[in-house]
Amino acid sequence: MTSIDLDTTKLHADALFRRKRLIGFGIPAVILAYLVYIFLAFDIQGLAGRANWDNAATLASDSWSHKVHVTRDNRSGEISYTVEGERRGTYPDGQRPDWVTGDEVITIDLGADHVVRYLPENRTEIEIPDFPLIEVEAKGRRLNSNLPGDLPDWISASDRRIAITTPEGRITLTGARTEVFNYFPGWELFWFTLDSPYHGQGLSRILFGEQLDPTRGNIEGAVSDWWNNAMWRHKDVAWAIGETILMAFLGTMGAAILALPLAFLAAKGFSPVMFLRAATRRLFDFFRGVDALIWTVVLARAFGPGPLTGALAILITDTGTFGKIFSEALENVDQKQIEGVASTGAKHLQRYRFGVIPQVVPVLLAQILYFLESNTRSATIIGAITGGGIGLMLTQAIQTQKDWEEVAYYIVLIIVMVIFMDWFSGWLRGKLIGSKD
Amino acid sequence: MADISLGSASQGLDGIQSSYMAQVQRRRLYGGLTLLIFVVLMVSGFNIADDRNAGGFWEGLHQIGDYPADVLSEAWEKRADLPSLIATYLPALVETVNIAAVSTLIGAIGGLFLSLLGTRGLARWPRLIPVFRRISDIMRAVPEIVVALVLIFVLGGGPVPAMIAIAIHTAGALGKMFSEVAENADLKPVEGLASTGATWSQSMLLGVLPQVAPNYISYALLRFEINIRASAILGFVGAGGLGYELRNAMAWGPGRFDEATAIFILLFGTIVFFDQVSSRYRNRLTKGQAR
Repeated sequence: MTSIDLDTTKLHADALFRRKRLIGFGIPAVILAYLVYIFLAFDIQGLAGRANWDNAATLASDSWSHKVHVTRDNRSGEISYTVEGERRGTYPDGQRPDWVTGDEVITIDLGADHVVRYLPENRTEIEIPDFPLIEVEAKGRRLNSNLPGDLPDWISASDRRIAITTPEGRITLTGARTEVFNYFPGWELFWFTLDSPYHGQGLSRILFGEQLDPTRGNIEGAVSDWWNNAMWRHKDVAWAIGETILMAFLGTMGAAILALPLAFLAAKGFSPVMFLRAATRRLFDFFRGVDALIWTVVLARAFGPGPLTGALAILITDTGTFGKIFSEALENVDQKQIEGVASTGAKHLQRYRFGVIPQVVPVLLAQILYFLESNTRSATIIGAITGGGIGLMLTQAIQTQKDWEEVAYYIVLIIVMVIFMDWFSGWLRGKLIGSKD
Repeated sequence: MADISLGSASQGLDGIQSSYMAQVQRRRLYGGLTLLIFVVLMVSGFNIADDRNAGGFWEGLHQIGDYPADVLSEAWEKRADLPSLIATYLPALVETVNIAAVSTLIGAIGGLFLSLLGTRGLARWPRLIPVFRRISDIMRAVPEIVVALVLIFVLGGGPVPAMIAIAIHTAGALGKMFSEVAENADLKPVEGLASTGATWSQSMLLGVLPQVAPNYISYALLRFEINIRASAILGFVGAGGLGYELRNAMAWGPGRFDEATAIFILLFGTIVFFDQVSSRYRNRLTKGQAR
């Protein structure tokens, strides 16, 4: 008898062990098989071939450095000095960087003995250590140079275009123009553009020094020049961040206001008509299921691009989400408090106000504040689609594919914004319903 | 004697009542002020948003049904083609779901390590707890679109940028939720295992994971629901899948509205389906734990 018992127990235990072993090896095996399938389906092997590492290198170096262009127009012979090659970053007439010297012969000192000379008659001399002097002459659309036949890989040359890349800077020559790019670390003109009298002045000079602009006070003028900086557009960026937060705020709060009464209709114990309850729930499912992406697309047709469209898209999606969460919270309320309030002779509305609302408010507030933070992120993404806020500025900056320092700036701002909203909603939650710890 | 005590008692009651009334009034004042500030913020915020929008709210309100009506009427005319169109876009749907699934999987594994390394009592290197927490905060704060757009520039369009972008955000978000669960884990099994000479990874695998697995899986499923939506949205900015097809169909305008409808239906159906499945499993996981 006992031996049979033991046998069955042992069999049972063996079966359990087998099952455990199967799970222990099975689950990792399934995950691995899935990852292999994805590896093939997403063509990750071919990715290395498709990836553009030059783009990556430009991105990495441009995001923390800037370049100054020295350009000679070979038709007019005019020479211009611009930061990042942008019109807004042009040096005013008569001014130029201090590493450029000479009048007849313009000497550009790139550093570490790399020197470029713009000679009269569209001739150019390039001095690079451990390499013979390069001489190029632009004639019409053609270039005549003394470059030998076999070139190192940092020079590419044809009779139309010569490009030289050195650690100190880049030089490109075509028939129409000769350009030198000199790289420097840092975000240039972040505070003031070159036409501002405050450019190049130290902080203490602006705060305590003599008046730099006769028409304006120093601090007032400096703040206004910084705010209206044409390169970095601080004013527009501030507005864009405001728009993004506004979208999140309007969407979240509007959704909460709409969802609260609807949640009563959907909650068991508050809504007597079953049909109404089911209909409200399906409505919530529909709002949530259609998703912010499609709401954005549909609403953008009616309201045009802008922050309002984004706010409404968030509002509609979150009405569904909040409705579901709120009605679940309402179904979980404690009946005892409602009975207690009812025993004092409270009427229907008073029972809700004093018996139900105090119970659910902490849950609802916590959810609303959590969504406020998460919707700041959604608003960034929706803004990129519907055309509003910092999301749009980021996509535009990425699509132009040259202002990577601005992209880096926006990314930093977005992360700071989200972390701030996270902190702010946590702080507000602590103030309103007491912190969790 | 009795008189005096009665008098003082009633005086005390009066005092209590008046201070109570004063408190109630102050509460009402604060409540009213908060409400007022809130209403002012909402109204002025709405006005600013309305001003900066290309089209106004009130003019747009009655056009809201026009676009869906156009799309649906065209789709209704070509309703015979709809099943075959849905079949055409099925591979794109599979790609969207795959992006969500892989990024949830990778993100969950990343979140698992971040949470275990960032929880007091469990961390491998207790001094580095703040470092891992900040890492997970920053990963959580990065919106998917930022990483996706940059990676699209480097890697070209396709599912991989979206996958990496969503996985990074998921790892941060799950890292936080996981570590909240791990904080409540019972440390006795870990101590028991440590006394047998188990390494850190062994005690995590055998001592902590069995305790937290139901909650972890439930959070990961919730994240999967969110990630399906995210993967569709990222497709819209060029990362492949259903969102990409939707943008192409939409950009074409009238004439391809039947395709847009097919994609709408697929997307809606997928989101609702996975919502239902995952909420059923999540219920079972959390209820099974309570039993």
